[in-house]
Amino acid sequence: MGSITLQQVNKKFGEVNVIPSIDLQVEEGEFVVFVGPSGCGKSTLLRLIAGLEDVTSGAVLIDGKDATRLPPAKRQLSMVFQSYALYPHMSVRANIAFPLKMAGMPKAEIDAKVADAAETLNLTDYLDRKPRQLSGGQRQRVAIGRAIVRQPSAFLFDEPLSNLDAALRVNMRLEISELHQQLKATMIYVTHDQVEAMTMADKIVVLNKGQVEQVGSPLDLYRSPANLFVAGFIGSPRMNFIRGAAAAAFGVETIGVRPEHMTILSEGGTWQGTVGVTEHLGSDTFLHVHTEDMGTLTVRAGGYVGFKPGDRVGITPDADRIHKFDGQGKAVK
Amino acid sequence: MSTYHSRAAGRLMVAPSVVLLFLWMIVPLGLTIYFSFLHYNLLMPGTETWTGFLNYSYFLTDPAFFTAIVNTLLIVVGVLIITIVGGILLALLLDQPMFGQGILRILVISPFFVMPTVAALVWKNMFMNPVSGLLAFLQKSMGFQPHDWLASTPLLAIIIIVAWQWLPFATLILLTALQSLDEEQREAAEMDGAGPVYRFIYIVMPHLGRAVTVVILIQTIFLLSVFAEILVTTNGGPGTDSTNLAYLVYAQALLQYDVGGASAGGIVAVILANIVAIFLMRMIGKTLEA
Ligand SMILES: Nc1ncnc2c1ncn2[C@@H]1O[C@H](COP(=O)(O)OP(=O)(O)OP(=O)(O)O)[C@@H](O)[C@H]1O
Ligand SMILES: [Mg+2]
Repeated sequence: MGSITLQQVNKKFGEVNVIPSIDLQVEEGEFVVFVGPSGCGKSTLLRLIAGLEDVTSGAVLIDGKDATRLPPAKRQLSMVFQSYALYPHMSVRANIAFPLKMAGMPKAEIDAKVADAAETLNLTDYLDRKPRQLSGGQRQRVAIGRAIVRQPSAFLFDEPLSNLDAALRVNMRLEISELHQQLKATMIYVTHDQVEAMTMADKIVVLNKGQVEQVGSPLDLYRSPANLFVAGFIGSPRMNFIRGAAAAAFGVETIGVRPEHMTILSEGGTWQGTVGVTEHLGSDTFLHVHTEDMGTLTVRAGGYVGFKPGDRVGITPDADRIHKFDGQGKAVK
Repeated sequence: MSTYHSRAAGRLMVAPSVVLLFLWMIVPLGLTIYFSFLHYNLLMPGTETWTGFLNYSYFLTDPAFFTAIVNTLLIVVGVLIITIVGGILLALLLDQPMFGQGILRILVISPFFVMPTVAALVWKNMFMNPVSGLLAFLQKSMGFQPHDWLASTPLLAIIIIVAWQWLPFATLILLTALQSLDEEQREAAEMDGAGPVYRFIYIVMPHLGRAVTVVILIQTIFLLSVFAEILVTTNGGPGTDSTNLAYLVYAQALLQYDVGGASAGGIVAVILANIVAIFLMRMIGKTLEA
């Protein structure tokens, strides 16, 4: 229950080819995250899986069966929308009960399931309120409650946390991860926040302009990005890309070094530069170092370091953590 | 506008317009109340005498009065039902993406811009006329006896004419409400397994509730005083079959020159309208809150 396969899925809106062709396998029980910049087609892909949009060509298989032409209600999937899409005139109870009521379930059974879901999501005290009387996080939980009562074979989330403040987002992130462990259901989760992607995913799908750039576990993507796009997208702060003579020394077009894979020294070092802005986070310090021929490099130093803007420093990259890319931006081993 | 001085200044500034509006309302109302207690007939000017409640008892015991109240309510309720049901259907239709949507919307709205007298005359002469009307022609071409709308079902004819005029208003308000429905809500319901009918009942109708309330409140105010349509089509007849309260007051004042009696009728109409308003606000005003 819950495997989803996309076969050469293509989606055009009129003349615009939003998703040229995607092949993707989502295993049963997996937590898959779609990440990518705004407008890359994440929501569209999710809506194609949900059946809210028709594919232009290609096939969507759910549990191995062709679901390409099935209406959304028949696909056994639940979706949590970015705006939550709660029914404003219904109480929380009625909201959660709605899919069961539509399925024609007897009242007693519905009540039991709603009580169950409310228990899981800490909503028991709010069952008789209207959505507008709830906070953002509570609304979010109601939307999840409405999704879980139906016991779908997979859950689809479209940026469910983007309307919440930072602290609540961290909280809900944990809750969703816990829910996944509890329900062991397939989840597909769309976000443009790479921290969410890294922390929650079993498998990340990096999308760019409607194409899959790379699929892999969070650490796979971090350790061996397949191309410049993935290398730049995963990791924070961004990986430094260096071209020219320094890259030519490695026999490639571009090399990439993450800020955390460089050591900063007061003298010597492989590369030299001048300290610009420094950002102190307490646990880390990020230094922006201006070099003569490689532009600005971001370097992470643990804890507090005493370098001030204007200081001359040397930088030594971690030799076995240098990523090499060819002229097309593909990674070179 | 929070300090004592700014509030005082504010009151002073709005005082002239408040006074003007107050006079604007209270002088006609006061005069009407005053006239309603006089024996005041335009055929015998200068002979006004105080008669107490005689005008009221005369107006209230007039057999036409009861008919007029029933007719007034029938017009209000009939037109409301037609415009709301028709308005919802038209709004649902106009909300669908289709060719020529812009032009179609303007066409649907246009009856609202036609003056009541003109609309009524068009209906009377071109549609409902038993000899040369379009409806009679259709009936004849199907082999039926043409129906004389204005003579045999005058009230129904007037309800149809007035409903035709107000349908665009209802459609417009309901269409705007329909378009403000969050698309994701509709999709969520679709994923939750609600088909088109259930989506309409559980998602669309509750969303339209407020708009329907607005339509009912606004239309009721205007429908209580339908006049021009009656004047140019049936003249309240045959007999008093299509006389409503507004028309009865008019008939009293300008056909019988009885200003006193008409004033009493006017005051009765004002009181009745207020009763209806209170009743409406109690019943459905609640949906407007929140
Ligand atoms: N109904 C539509 N008609 C035409 N183009 C559309 C439609 N829906 C989406 N698009 C286009 O498809 C592309 C992908 O949109 P999509 O909503 O999937 O982006 P996204 O990755 O979810 O972005 P975001 O992170 O901003 O939500 C965009 O360029 C958008 O303009
Ligand atoms: Mg999106």
